[in-house]
Amino acid sequence: MSQSQISGSQALMRAFVAEGVETIFGYPGGAIMPVYDALYDFHDKMRHILVRHEQGAVHAAQGYSRVTGKTGVVIVTSGPAATNVITGVADAMIDSTPMVVVCGQVVASLLATDAFQETDVVGITQPITKWSYQIRSAAEIPWAVARAFYIAREGRPGPVVLDLTKNAQIELMNFHYEPCTFIRSFIPTPPIDEQAVSDAAALINQAKKPFALVGQGVILGNAENELLAMLEKAQIPAAWTLLGLSAMPTDHPLNKGMLGMHGNYACNIKTNECDVLIAIGMRFDDRVTSKLATYAKQAKVIHFDIDIAEINKNVKADVAVLGNSKETIAAVTKQLQPARHDEWIASFDSYAKIEHDEVIKEEVDPSTPDIKMGEVIRKVSEVTGHKAICVTDVGQNQMMGARYFQFSQTRSMVTSGGLGTMGFGLPAAIGAKIGAPHRTVCLFCGDGGIQMTIQELGTILQENIGVKIIVLNNHFLGMVRQWQEMFFDERYSFTNMKNPDFVALAKAYGIHGKSVSTHEELDQAIAEMVSNDDAYLLEVQIEPKGMVLPMVPAGADITDVRLK
Amino acid sequence: MEKTLYTVIVFSENRPGLLNQVSIIFSRRQLNIESLTVSASSIEGVHKFTITVNADEEEIDKVVKQIEKRIDVLKAYYYTDDEVIYQEVALYKVDTDSILESDEIEQLVRKYNARFLEITRTFSVIEMTGHTDEIKELYYALDKFGVKQYARSGRIAITKSTSELLSKFLSDREEEAKG
Ligand SMILES: Cc1ncc(C[n+]2csc(CCOP(=O)(O)OP(=O)(O)O)c2C)c(N)n1
Ligand SMILES: [Mg+2]
Repeated sequence: MSQSQISGSQALMRAFVAEGVETIFGYPGGAIMPVYDALYDFHDKMRHILVRHEQGAVHAAQGYSRVTGKTGVVIVTSGPAATNVITGVADAMIDSTPMVVVCGQVVASLLATDAFQETDVVGITQPITKWSYQIRSAAEIPWAVARAFYIAREGRPGPVVLDLTKNAQIELMNFHYEPCTFIRSFIPTPPIDEQAVSDAAALINQAKKPFALVGQGVILGNAENELLAMLEKAQIPAAWTLLGLSAMPTDHPLNKGMLGMHGNYACNIKTNECDVLIAIGMRFDDRVTSKLATYAKQAKVIHFDIDIAEINKNVKADVAVLGNSKETIAAVTKQLQPARHDEWIASFDSYAKIEHDEVIKEEVDPSTPDIKMGEVIRKVSEVTGHKAICVTDVGQNQMMGARYFQFSQTRSMVTSGGLGTMGFGLPAAIGAKIGAPHRTVCLFCGDGGIQMTIQELGTILQENIGVKIIVLNNHFLGMVRQWQEMFFDERYSFTNMKNPDFVALAKAYGIHGKSVSTHEELDQAIAEMVSNDDAYLLEVQIEPKGMVLPMVPAGADITDVRLK
Repeated sequence: MEKTLYTVIVFSENRPGLLNQVSIIFSRRQLNIESLTVSASSIEGVHKFTITVNADEEEIDKVVKQIEKRIDVLKAYYYTDDEVIYQEVALYKVDTDSILESDEIEQLVRKYNARFLEITRTFSVIEMTGHTDEIKELYYALDKFGVKQYARSGRIAITKSTSELLSKFLSDREEEAKG
């Protein structure tokens, strides 16, 4: 009997294999050493990526998950390592990214004694996880891991934290693994209500000016084809949230652009003109809606979501279609009559033209010697045939990435939406490249944000990860500077940055790079950057006073769009 | 918006940490829990939380959805006072001398349907069950004679509805588990 027994750590490895885990992002330490010891024997089955800081591990796992749809897996030690993952866990929670994070913990007998590197991980992570559980004995491991993957993945995805005491890693147990398929207290996907489906279809069938808002729920539900079928059948123009980006191709005639604070002019104006607003897998974030009191009041609202808690949370729904987006969209589409809304669709054009003339034209093709962010992003997008994965950090670089990168394929945008985590970009790009090794991964980041997790250049060095890092260097915390210019009387309080030589820094990590400051140099450097699959750091000197426009000031009516 | 006293009833699996998960959903919204009672329910392995809170309906609806979203929560419901039968219990400690001095305390005990739980030479404990207001009334009446200690429980409640929602939920889930 005892011969068939294995340690808790080996059980964890076997459970990972059973769950189809291929990649683990992590960092070792005292309270997780038995797990790392077991991992030594599994390195042919699972690739472990040694990051340089635990925050990097979580963001990398997020990037990996966002491009593959798989659950990201992280292992770290206790105490400071566990607290280092908090930002990424919170980010994954608000952006619905499936993830299982295993933190080491002191031996159970030392719990609550303020033992070395003990923190109350479950207490800290409960509010920012779907589920957080302390495993105190080896026997619990298969059960807890199976549940963790089920919970992280099913329904609205999210992060799970397993706090694994050291004794549980060492104890021997009889391994038997059964994937979790049912939890009594957890109904991941609400059953489809036929009445809601036909009510939604009836509303859309009667609509003269329907407008669809596309969120990440479409991507998470693998419902991109269903979405297009619905939009095309009833000729519904659509706009996307930041996280819904890439769910539909940029050049699709019904794709009208981005919603919200830095969204496209037409999309925000039309929100308050449509007669039926069809929100799909999005949660009416304040960056999308701005002032709720005046938001889409004229419209009947249909809200598709998998999470009932999103219904009526911010915007009251006239019809709530609960369920998996792939199924609900298809069910509604079946009951739609083919329709045309030519005039309504064409009415977006005049706003698009104004925005193009007043904002976009100069941004992507500047008439002055200074390089603009939009120009860089559009050029990279073009050179990669609009087939690359776009990863961004947070700030102006992010909004510009969302506005000017173009997409032909889903799961191609990786960005920190809900939490807006600076430092997300570089590790997320590493994870994205590992998840999609045959695709080009382009990271756009600011001079500020890249320095928050710049240590991950070491991960690129060690694992030879071919990400294209484009530092949009405006020598400012640009987005904050923009707010200071617009709303704080140009009082530039602590937003100017004296930066290191990014190219030299990259070189120190064995990464090729170039710094450019003219349009011509930019073109050449981009060509050089994509000429092979190696990592590359392109620093672009950006005009310091650039602005992301249009802009709807925080809390203003969504139609209060500033073009200047 | 107008605030109403709601009784929130939560049924959960018996796992550590759930009280924290439930209570932070209220505190994040600055909702003050008026009373909270947690105990095993009539169904084995199922815990029951009875929480009273002043809120408007929109708020309480969102809170209950967020509570139900916690993985180990089975079901959460909210009720207004007319939808539940509810009760609290209170204990009052008074000097036995003040009972002996006049019959007023005895009269109060009779009037409020309270009872003597314990009488010693020095102190006596009176118990009353009822609603918050009556319990407070008795407190003020007794306090004329000096209440040494006063303890009140949170609310417990039973719904008036004829269908037993949780039992139905559990049997439905059992069916689904079988496939
Ligand atoms: C961790 C974190 N700290 C602070 C902020 C606030 N913040 C948002 S954008 C921004 C400026 C970013 O500057 P940079 O990385 O240079 O990007 P840019 O806006 O210039 O493109 C700051 C400080 C944040 N989002 N995240
Ligand atoms: Mg900057």
